[in-house]
Amino acid sequence: MSARDEVLRRVRDALGPDAVAPEAPRTYATTGSLTAAERVDLLVDRLVDYRAAVVDARDGGVAAALRSVLPQGQVLHAPGLPQDWLPGGTEPDDGTPGPRELDTIAGVVTGSVTAIALTGTIVLDGSPLCGRRSLSLVPDLHVCIVRTQDIVETVPEGLARLEPTRPLTLISGPSATSDIELNRVEGVHGPRTLIVVLV
Amino acid sequence: MSTFLGMPGPPASPDSDLTGTRPFPAAARDALGNSRLRRNLSNATGIIRGKRANVVGEVADWEELREAGAAIKASALARLPALLEQLEEQVTARGGVVHWARDADEANRIVVDLARAKDATEVVKVKSMATQEIALNEALEAAGITPIETDLAELIVQLAHDKPSHILVPAIHRGRAEIREIFLKRMPGLDPDLLTDEPAQLAAAARAYLREAFLRAKVAVSGANFGVAETGTLTVVESEGNGRMCLTLPETLITVMGIEKVLPTWRDLEVFLQLLPRSSTGERMNPYTSTWTGITPGDGPQEFHLVLLDNGRTRVLADPDGRSALHCIRCSACLNVCPVYERTGGHAYGSVYPGPIGAILSPQLTGMTGDSPNDSLPYASSLCGACEEVCPVKIPIPAQLVRLRAEHTEAHADSHRIPSPEAASMRAAAWIMKDAKRFARAGRSARLSRRGMRRGRPAIPLPPPLSGWVASRDVPDLPDETFREWWARTRGDRS
Repeated sequence: MSARDEVLRRVRDALGPDAVAPEAPRTYATTGSLTAAERVDLLVDRLVDYRAAVVDARDGGVAAALRSVLPQGQVLHAPGLPQDWLPGGTEPDDGTPGPRELDTIAGVVTGSVTAIALTGTIVLDGSPLCGRRSLSLVPDLHVCIVRTQDIVETVPEGLARLEPTRPLTLISGPSATSDIELNRVEGVHGPRTLIVVLV
Repeated sequence: MSTFLGMPGPPASPDSDLTGTRPFPAAARDALGNSRLRRNLSNATGIIRGKRANVVGEVADWEELREAGAAIKASALARLPALLEQLEEQVTARGGVVHWARDADEANRIVVDLARAKDATEVVKVKSMATQEIALNEALEAAGITPIETDLAELIVQLAHDKPSHILVPAIHRGRAEIREIFLKRMPGLDPDLLTDEPAQLAAAARAYLREAFLRAKVAVSGANFGVAETGTLTVVESEGNGRMCLTLPETLITVMGIEKVLPTWRDLEVFLQLLPRSSTGERMNPYTSTWTGITPGDGPQEFHLVLLDNGRTRVLADPDGRSALHCIRCSACLNVCPVYERTGGHAYGSVYPGPIGAILSPQLTGMTGDSPNDSLPYASSLCGACEEVCPVKIPIPAQLVRLRAEHTEAHADSHRIPSPEAASMRAAAWIMKDAKRFARAGRSARLSRRGMRRGRPAIPLPPPLSGWVASRDVPDLPDETFREWWARTRGDRS
């Protein structure tokens, strides 16, 4: 008998003929109650709590806001970012730089698909707007653009907006560890600096 | 006592890292003598208990989330055969390859063969309890492949040739000064005059040390927090970004997942992504959660293997009363609140699963033989109930501990011709208590033993097994008269 058939047989034997699958009660909160403005404030509060920097570009000057935070040196951007957001001087990622090349880049700019205010979470889905996963991972500076219309309040609302089969990355603040005496230290392997630009 | 309705699968491979070499009391005694260990543990568990309480307290619907989490897990287990087949079908449809492993040995062989097929001399690893359980690192090393643990705490443990002592923070037993010493000894190129024991500096040293390993890695091995049957989506929840590195940069990804980690639907994640971070690290959300489904052209590993592991899980599954131990999402909240764990640390449990959850999970995965060190684990508890209160999926840990104690007593009786001293004294007590006259006589004669007592301690050393009992307990003072004598004296014959 193959391992597959044997494991499945064991599972069936273990459960016996009368295993009952209970219906999961979904009485927990699935939607929030905040206004759009309150959601933005809550997200900013959570992001700052995680020590991400937040730049407010809601008045329209996305390119100018980006220019003010981008470092010297080579900066790549996700290929699907709207042209009018770009400050000039950044290059689109064409998917060819490998990990070693990405490691020499000063920073990246990506978009995002959803943000969850309650937990300060920003979601990237590997689409042209967000870029492939290694783009927002290897360089030490990640500038992430969040559109206010993409901000939801709760985790259920956020997950419901996502396409599960895309490669998803949920980011809640910069890379951190608490492995040494449970002291939180920001900046281990992921980008040590996360700057969120609200548009 | 154990009410197996179904037919239990075989126990975990004996080579699994699920059984220590000594029973819990012996190992715990050594741990209790280590004052640095106790200081580190008390400090760390105290901090994390506070953080968890804060972020759980701000969730108004926490109890509803726990109810949903428990029900989703119970429902998933009841439908496990269909869900596993669905998961396999979805992963395969999206370019992944699914392997099945009856036990630890088979899972290790699969991973070693896959790594060899890629001519890998090393693999980078995401922290994973399943690969700890099957002792994959040892199997890789035996095959000449170097496993590199990339979680900071796991790296500390690996560099020190140590064992993990906590599910979430495997180096919780190490203080910063010890970690600095370990790094200086094992990481090339560190300057002892410059490296202090500041956590930020130590984390930076680990970043520099591992970066090169990530950039050159061809093969990564991970576990999975959840596997969604409906979509074939795997999930890893982490903090440092080492998980993202392993899941993204290498060309080949091998994920080892226990069969109990399956969730029916994508929607179910909305419950567990709320329960897990708040219960484990005490954060509203962990810094990074990655999900992937098969392979994505042009993004991440272009070869993906999923190894579905039994290794004793179908043994646990057969017992409807013990089954809920498989609900565990490895948050470690029960460790952090346990008064026993806080004092002994994780090593005393002998298994990669320590603390209250380990005390019910390890003996069920391996079985209790009457002579295994794991037989002692159900007794490693004061039954205070704190573990059940914090468990995000409502596993009734104390009730299971009591049930396993009964099961162990039976296993012991079956495997020993001579009854244990405890069984013999219980039988004697039953004989005395069955008869009113005998009971009254026994009460009166117990008074005689008062002469042998000095301030709660026996005046003369007692023989075993009584010596063991009084080693850590005072004997209560016996009163001048028994209850029956008092009743007769004060109420006369008005019974």
